[in-house]
Amino acid sequence: MAATQEEIVNGLAEIVNEIAGIPVEDVQLDKSFTDDLDVDSLSMVEVVVAAEERFDVKIPDDDVKNLKTVGDAADYIAKHQV
Amino acid sequence: MAKIRPSQGAPYARIMGVGGYRPTRVVPNEVILETIDSSDEWIRSRSGIATRHWASDEETVAMMSIEASGKAIADAGITPEQIGGVIVSTVSHFKQTPAVATEIADRIGAGKPAAFDISAGCAGFGYGLTLAKGMVVEGSAEYVLVIGVERLSDLTDLEDRATAFLFGDGAGAVVVGPSQDPQIGPTVWGSEGDKSNTITQTVPWDDYRKGPVERFPALTQEGQAVFRWAVFEMAKIAQQALDAAGITSADLDVFIPHQANMRIIDSMVKTLKLPEHVTVARDVETTGNTSAASIPLAMERLLATGQAKSGDTALVIGFGAGLVYAATVVTLP
Repeated sequence: MAATQEEIVNGLAEIVNEIAGIPVEDVQLDKSFTDDLDVDSLSMVEVVVAAEERFDVKIPDDDVKNLKTVGDAADYIAKHQV
Repeated sequence: MAKIRPSQGAPYARIMGVGGYRPTRVVPNEVILETIDSSDEWIRSRSGIATRHWASDEETVAMMSIEASGKAIADAGITPEQIGGVIVSTVSHFKQTPAVATEIADRIGAGKPAAFDISAGCAGFGYGLTLAKGMVVEGSAEYVLVIGVERLSDLTDLEDRATAFLFGDGAGAVVVGPSQDPQIGPTVWGSEGDKSNTITQTVPWDDYRKGPVERFPALTQEGQAVFRWAVFEMAKIAQQALDAAGITSADLDVFIPHQANMRIIDSMVKTLKLPEHVTVARDVETTGNTSAASIPLAMERLLATGQAKSGDTALVIGFGAGLVYAATVVTLP
C-alpha cells in the first residue's frame, strides 16, 4: 500500500536522522537538505538510496539534483512509489 | 593432428611480496586551495584527504615503478632474474608505445620476461593480479610482477573544485608466485560500459590534431553517480567475492578497498556490515586517490605499520573509470 505524505515525511526524517544525525523534528517539508539540514551531496545519495528501499521507489541520479527540499523528495516519492 | 604438450603450472598462486613508492613531495590541502575556492574543512569532510604526494619531474612512471618493484621483489625473497612476467596498470604514462612494462622489466634486471601494460583504471591492480594468477597457474611464468602506478597530478584540473584535491601519485607492486594452497580467491570482475561517461578524461588526445586545445586533458567525474555506484553496487561485488572464496566477513582480517575517497570507504564498510575486528585501509587520508596504485600502496602501509600481518585474510576491491571493477580475497604476504 502506498505511503501517505505524513508517513513519507516521517520516514525521511528517520533516514536523515540516521545518516546525518539531524533531529527528526527538524526535518520539515520546507527545509532544504543542503542549506538547512547540512546534508551534503554525498550524504544526499545515501538518503536517496535509503528512501528507495524504504518506499519501494526508483530515484535516478538525474532526478536527485532536483530534490532540493524535504517537500520535493516527499512529492517525488508519493508520485513514483509503486 | 599432432599432439600438443600442455603447459605445466603451479597448483595455486599467492602474493609473495609487496612494495610501494610515494613521491617525496607531500602536498597539503593549503596548496590545493591556491587554485580553487574551497576550504581545508570542506575537502576533508567530502573526501577525508589531508595530504597527497605529487611526483617531481624525476619521479617518472618508470622510476616509481622500479622503486616499488625492487621492494616487492626483496620482500618476496626472489631475485629479479626469476621474474617471468611484468604487468603494469596505469592511465597516466603519456608515451603510449612501447609499453612502459618493457623498460621497467629491463631496468630492474629481469632479463626478457613477458611485459605489457593494461588499462583498467582504478580496478587495474585487481585486473593485473588476476592475469598474473592465471599465468602462474597456467605455467607461462613462475613469478609475475604486478605494478599499479600513476601520476594523476598530470591529469588533474587544478581549477576544478570538485576534483582538484582528489588525486595523488605513486606506485605499488606485488610479486605473484606459485603456492601449494589457494591464497588468491576467485575474482569477481566486470565492466559497465554504459556508464563510461561518469568517470572520464575531458578530451581525447587526438583533439590536439584538430587544432588548439583549450585545456590539457584532465580526469572528470559525476560525483553523486560515482558515489552511489561505488558504495552500493560495489558492496554487492565485494560480497560476491567473499561468497566466491567460500568465506564470510567474519573470516576477514583486513579490508582494502580502492582508496578513492574516505566517504566511499566508510559507507562501503557500513553497507557491507563488516565486523569491528576487520582492519580497514584508510590510506587515502595521506595518499589521495592514486587509482591503480592505491590497493598495493595501502597493503604495503598496513603491513609496514603492523596494522595487518603476513597470513591475514584480506578482501581487495578496485573500481573506477570504465566503469570497471575487480574484487578478490587474498592472503597477505
